[in-house]
Amino acid sequence: MNIIYILWLRQLKRYFRSKARIIGSLAQPLLFLVALGFGFGPIFQKAGGGNYMEFLAPGIISMSILFTAIFAGIEVIWDKQFGFLKETLVAPVSRVQIMFGRTLGGATVATLQGLIVFILSVLIGFEPISLVAVPLSILFMFMIALIFTALGTAIASALDDMQGFQLIMNFLVMPLFFLSGALFPLSGLPPIIKTVASIDPLSYGVDSLRGALTGVYHFGFFLDFAILGALIVIFIWLGSYMFRRIQI
Amino acid sequence: MNIIEAKNLTKKFKDFTAVNNVSFQVQRGEIFAFLGPNGAGKSTTIKMLTTLLLPTSGEITVVGSNPIVEQDKVRKSFGIVFQDPSLDDELTTYENMEYHGVLYRVPKELRIKRIEELLKFVELWERKDDLVKTFSGGMKRRLEIARGLLHHPKVLFLDEPTLGLDPQTRNHIWSYIGRLNKEEGMTIFFTTHYMEEAEKIANTVAIIDHGKIIVQGSPAELKTKTGTNTLEEAFLKFTGTVIREEEAGSADQMRMRHRLWTKK
Repeated sequence: MNIIYILWLRQLKRYFRSKARIIGSLAQPLLFLVALGFGFGPIFQKAGGGNYMEFLAPGIISMSILFTAIFAGIEVIWDKQFGFLKETLVAPVSRVQIMFGRTLGGATVATLQGLIVFILSVLIGFEPISLVAVPLSILFMFMIALIFTALGTAIASALDDMQGFQLIMNFLVMPLFFLSGALFPLSGLPPIIKTVASIDPLSYGVDSLRGALTGVYHFGFFLDFAILGALIVIFIWLGSYMFRRIQI
Repeated sequence: MNIIEAKNLTKKFKDFTAVNNVSFQVQRGEIFAFLGPNGAGKSTTIKMLTTLLLPTSGEITVVGSNPIVEQDKVRKSFGIVFQDPSLDDELTTYENMEYHGVLYRVPKELRIKRIEELLKFVELWERKDDLVKTFSGGMKRRLEIARGLLHHPKVLFLDEPTLGLDPQTRNHIWSYIGRLNKEEGMTIFFTTHYMEEAEKIANTVAIIDHGKIIVQGSPAELKTKTGTNTLEEAFLKFTGTVIREEEAGSADQMRMRHRLWTKK
């Protein structure tokens, strides 16, 4: 328990100490909220979609969680490069424990980031249905964060350097975000996009968060919750499996 | 009594044999120098002894346990200072020590006491709340040594502990290590490219080249064998004067870039 705590604490300390990174990573969601939220708002309204800011904010919160979580996982490469991972790997601690502590830490950081974006979005006009929705949405944020931190860890365990990073961003992270229903409603889509969206794990994350904050679910609360729960188990297993295989 | 034993140890990476059928013994309480040109297989051997790499074949024993099957037992028994820095730059001196202490399950009170003792020992106690990224190479090395000792290991592995340090710091570090060996009876297993260091401090020297042990003995024996005056001359007699090429992996390149960025 102590061991998982210290691994968790390390991730949090690193996050709070890199103020530049926190501020830098808030610029993008803010830009999306302002440009897309206010830019597409009128058209969305005219098309009968309702208030676009209400629709968009949960999507952008999910986006910032996705990015932060994947980065937190990918940090394993950084530790590999700069040697700190060796210090952890020669310690008399099981690799699964190490992976677990790191993932919890990374997911906490991503959840915090999601919360900050949530507050920002409220400041520029997003209105959640009630304050009661907030605890449930934090739970969903944490679930999304766990999935993608574990995925990032799994990927990073298999890579030796940051060379493949662009590839991951462009072929995995960006599609996960753009095809998830974070920006557009999933109903009435061409069948291909609809199929892709329904196998995108983030779709369920976005939907759960949107449901919790605005009361409108596409897949439904129980389906979202069950799928996110199952994905957490699968990705943490995958992350542990890949992390255990690291040899330096 | 042998504290480390390697018997017919072999490590192959695809078609390249990094360590080829190597056998050696290290006695409890001795200072053992593991020497060889670049790419001879030193670091690979250390990684196998310290559970970071699985051998392709052969047997190893470290403090009575087998690093392949009894990983945790072996991990508790040694301390290590790696060739490359392995500190978390974003944490303070104290936090780096504490992290290590918790991972090695050193009880809290003992941990607090030992961290203070060790940081004073390597003269970093005044800097305990400073971030490691503000430190010079020598300070980082001293911190790594202190950290490696926190759980009172029976063996201390040092992979080129003095690489890139000025003579003052090198002197300092070897005097710490000498004291540990004398006062605590700690076994020291180290590699270095500075032959005069090995000559001065080691009881036993093993020379490895092309993945094979060429010779093992005291510095005096090696000099007598080759009829030379210094260990460096003896080393060159054994390993030849051809310069070795060592391929830089992507990790090394990345580290270089990191160094360029963070240069003050």
